[in-house]
Amino acid sequence: MLKTTLKVACLAALGVCAMAATASAGKLTIESWRNDDAAIWKEQIIPAFMKSHPDIDVTFSPIPPKDYNAALNAKLEGGTAGDIITCKPFDASLDLFNKGFLTSLNDLPNMKNFSDVAKAAWTTDDGKTTFCVPMGAVIHGFIYNKDIFKELSLTEPKTEEEFLATLEKIKKDGKYTPLVMGTKDQWEAATMGFQNIGPNYWKGEDGRKGLIAGTQKFTDPVYVNTFKALAKWAPYLGDGYKAQAYPDSQNLFGLGKGAIYAAGSWDISTFRGQNVPMGAFKAPPPAGQADCYISDHTDIGIGMNAKGPNAKDAKVFLDWIGSDEFANIFANALPGFYPLSNTKVTVKDDVAQTFVSWRGQCKSTIRNSYQILSRGQPNMENDLWNVSAQVLNGAMTPEAAAAQIQDGLKKWYAPQQK
Amino acid sequence: MADNQQVEMVGMNRSAYWRVLAFFLAPAVVIYTLFSVYPLLATIFDSLYQRQEGGALTYNGLGNFHTLLTDDTWSKPFWNAFRNNILFFIIHMCVQNPIGLALAALLSLKQLAFRNTYRTLIFMPTMLSVVIIGFVWQLILSPLWGVWKLFLQALHLGFLFGPYLGEEHIALLTISLVSVWQFVGIPMILIYTALLAIPDDLVDAATVDGLNQWQTFFHVKLPLIWPTIGLVSVLTFVANFNAFDLIYVMEGALAGPNFTSDIMGTLFYRTFFGNQLQPGDPTMGSTIATMMFLIILMGLLVYLYVIQRRIQRYSF
Repeated sequence: MLKTTLKVACLAALGVCAMAATASAGKLTIESWRNDDAAIWKEQIIPAFMKSHPDIDVTFSPIPPKDYNAALNAKLEGGTAGDIITCKPFDASLDLFNKGFLTSLNDLPNMKNFSDVAKAAWTTDDGKTTFCVPMGAVIHGFIYNKDIFKELSLTEPKTEEEFLATLEKIKKDGKYTPLVMGTKDQWEAATMGFQNIGPNYWKGEDGRKGLIAGTQKFTDPVYVNTFKALAKWAPYLGDGYKAQAYPDSQNLFGLGKGAIYAAGSWDISTFRGQNVPMGAFKAPPPAGQADCYISDHTDIGIGMNAKGPNAKDAKVFLDWIGSDEFANIFANALPGFYPLSNTKVTVKDDVAQTFVSWRGQCKSTIRNSYQILSRGQPNMENDLWNVSAQVLNGAMTPEAAAAQIQDGLKKWYAPQQK
Repeated sequence: MADNQQVEMVGMNRSAYWRVLAFFLAPAVVIYTLFSVYPLLATIFDSLYQRQEGGALTYNGLGNFHTLLTDDTWSKPFWNAFRNNILFFIIHMCVQNPIGLALAALLSLKQLAFRNTYRTLIFMPTMLSVVIIGFVWQLILSPLWGVWKLFLQALHLGFLFGPYLGEEHIALLTISLVSVWQFVGIPMILIYTALLAIPDDLVDAATVDGLNQWQTFFHVKLPLIWPTIGLVSVLTFVANFNAFDLIYVMEGALAGPNFTSDIMGTLFYRTFFGNQLQPGDPTMGSTIATMMFLIILMGLLVYLYVIQRRIQRYSF
């Protein structure tokens, strides 16, 4: 605890110095937790902005992800935070807005480039005020090993039945793990499993909003069927998948020992590093369903410090983040993270391009536990991790899993208590 | 010069005496108050408050404790963690301490060659970071690349292998045994020191009286080291009920599968700091921390008033 406090204090102190340097007009400091991407910001994104805006000097100052929330809060409360604030999705940023640290961005001209789904993560519960510009999303789907598909003469499955038939063929051959995913870390089961295939069942935004409005329940057939579909994966997961952690899964697929990997688009760059011959297909809808839905989850946004010294320039910068130019740079600098604007971007990485092409074919939605529903106790996201892993482990029936989530939600969420 | 000082010390007047006392006591008092007493009291005070929407703290009396013990949402995880914690403790008491005792007894035999080497090797894991221990054992036990599977197969015991860390009935046992492996050096070294402190005359007298090694151990040495074993037990109790790190490293904050490896430390961590989308709840976290403190306090009182008094009779 003490260590964290000290760290926060040191960071706050650093912030004071940074502020002293940036207080003059024409200078902006970006607060961010993406220290992994610091080089990309400094070498590609900021130079591109400064080329068209030579009078504004932008500094990217990241904080380690674990400390970000605490350090940012301390800086904002101490009045030492930078002008531009990178926004976590949903409640963490909403809390900052409610405290008056972030400001409404409804009047940014480029805000029109974003759909309501894209803005949902940084919009007040009543849908009226957006306080961060949506910046990046991650998309779920499946990555497969092209060599293995060729060797076993398999094709990309289009429906759930084909998907299971493909897995069966790989299993019969016996040489490769058909589906790479583990349940030990629990979030893999929930995020790469349940949230990956679920939108096809609950019709994306319809279902997600239905749960929030209280018109749908987790015990409805669409959710139970999602768990049922998930349960069918169990025979195709690798030996000892119950003790397989996320890095194990990445290695298993990265080393070419697995055929299909339940993926988030951020995995692309990992596998690029391991030279896996990759292809990708979207979560296959149940047979006979014409519409398809994908999990296109809003993950990162960017807003402005309400008490920042340089509001005018900050708005110019944020408006540029909403532009086509930024969307194209961002998509190509970070394959697997997609800009959220409606701009048609061309991604040079072919697998990343496949993922983003689904936006044109299917309807996008975000993970259903992220908005509002994980505010209470018991926490719905934690519960989803737990029951999804248990369903895959065969320790819980799909019906019981759905019932547990519904019971938990009913305990504290008024619209579900009717 | 030295004589001079001594005279002054003895002939010190009252106020000078208090000044010297304060000088020597102050560092300890200040440090303990700042880093031990104050956080403890602050935690207990925190547990009496509740954070309202909007961030204001309001006094809630024992309301948090009432919620923790009676509301299903809280009481189920709490009692689950409590049960698991007791199991965690029992495994340490039944495995770690007897093995520690046996190792100490062996090491204290003068006939044993390479005693110092064994002692160092067995004590080594205790000094390693829990993160390393957790990582190494996860690799050893991994069903994908672990050597444990090959080891069991080589012994024709392959059927005993399973994804231990992902199985509800065995995950906690596995982690407990890893913890035993790491910390067995502590009871060993404490008991070993106690055994060395036994005067040779007693052992010689026993030998002269015709007792063999075995009898000497049970009838002469063991009664003399009961106080140390009591101390080891109480240290184990405190350490186990404060445990958190190994489970967090090996199973994550949700202490899976299905919370079967959740102990009070992990429950506290999740509650206080939050997890993924779970917002942290410092006041409820403090309530759990206070309960942990009370449980450990009760355990210590039982030890001090019931056990230690009895074993004192055997010591020198």
